Amino acid sequence: MIAIIDYGLGNLASVSNAFTKLGIPTEISSDPLVLTKTKALIFPGVGAAGEGMKNLAKKGLTKVIQEEVKRGKPVLGICLGMQLLFDKSEEGNVNCLGLLKGQVKKFRKERKIPQIGWNQVTMKKLFFNIPDKSFFYFVNSYYCLPAEKSIIVGETDYGEKFASIIVQNNIIATQFHPEKSGKVGFQLLKNWRNYYVD
Amino acid sequence: MLTKRIIPCLDMTEGKVVKGIRFETFRDAGDPVKLAKVYDRQGADELVFLDITATVENRDILLEVVRKTALEVTIPFSVGGGVRTVEDMRTILRAGADKVSVNTGAFRNPKLISDCANIFGSQCVVLSLDARKTGPGEWHVFINGGRTDTGTSVFDWTKKAATLGAGEILLTSIDSDGTKKGFDLELTRFVSSNLSIPVIASGGAGKLSDFAEVFEEGKADAALAASLFHFGELTVPDVKRYLKTKNILTRD
Repeated sequence: MIAIIDYGLGNLASVSNAFTKLGIPTEISSDPLVLTKTKALIFPGVGAAGEGMKNLAKKGLTKVIQEEVKRGKPVLGICLGMQLLFDKSEEGNVNCLGLLKGQVKKFRKERKIPQIGWNQVTMKKLFFNIPDKSFFYFVNSYYCLPAEKSIIVGETDYGEKFASIIVQNNIIATQFHPEKSGKVGFQLLKNWRNYYVD
Repeated sequence: MLTKRIIPCLDMTEGKVVKGIRFETFRDAGDPVKLAKVYDRQGADELVFLDITATVENRDILLEVVRKTALEVTIPFSVGGGVRTVEDMRTILRAGADKVSVNTGAFRNPKLISDCANIFGSQCVVLSLDARKTGPGEWHVFINGGRTDTGTSVFDWTKKAATLGAGEILLTSIDSDGTKKGFDLELTRFVSSNLSIPVIASGGAGKLSDFAEVFEEGKADAALAASLFHFGELTVPDVKRYLKTKNILTRD
């Protein structure tokens, strides 16, 4: 079973609906025991970083996520979930989970913030059945700046170039919402299940 | 680069799409879930559902539509109509909507915007507003389905809404709505260039060139149309193909 981490932020239903459509069973849970037993984690989320970290702490999930990911359990971070995997976020100046080296920064070049809509991802590594420069759906004011450039496998331009997909061992994370990105988004979810979870 | 968005709008009452339905090629034309699937397949970038009667009795029917749509479509969608409280918004989001639009309820109680933005995030909160020209370079906000002049300028209200945490503005020109003579470019440009949040232009789409104009001259971030698409006069791919010839980037 794959668990979708419920920490009170974001549209969990849309993530679980997407997997349901793909015929992949998932379970929404905030129970540390379930998160420990499950074979992979989905770490979604929209909203503010500070609120996210606070909610994780309140639900007693900070440690279990850190431990499970360090132990090598496959995790898929989405949007705020991606950002919280890093060391620190400029949004509210909060310390995050520290599973990836780097910072989360605010967009500075474009006038309209948040970035809302479809933007292109330039792939440094190709994913099965996902063409280079495919469009994915983004909603974000902040982006990740990994310390290790080598973990960046997809890049997007919003006034400035930023990491839109990263891969480091068992961690995959996307700044966009694959569950809302039509065919290519669904393909990405399927690929993750097929190549990283199973 | 971020693309411009094309957004079909489904006006509903009692769970049926009501505005200008003549989808001859599709059976079950009034079924919002089926229409939503069609638009998703056509490459629409987002969908907007508006419950235009929005009575208490209709709320459950609306939520059922939201639940079914969430299971069927692969793109984001917003839902609005009669949203007055944080609880209203929570219920709609829980049913699977990505965003909720607020209009009269937010005008009467602006704190609704900040409360919802603080709890659910700005990206969920769309301020929908109906504007009518009242003088040169001056527009007023109309509420109650566009029937009541609030006397408040569009400039003041949109600025305030953005400060309170609205993530996007859905801007409908009452003057243009239903005319098919094009979007209100002056209004759209006025709002979009004065705000640092995205603006969805609505009302008046009638032909392909209207879309290019609303993006280039109106500075809109997204364009919405209802009957034009429902009647099948233009399809989403038609619009996108045309925009491509004008070098305006959209999602393929």
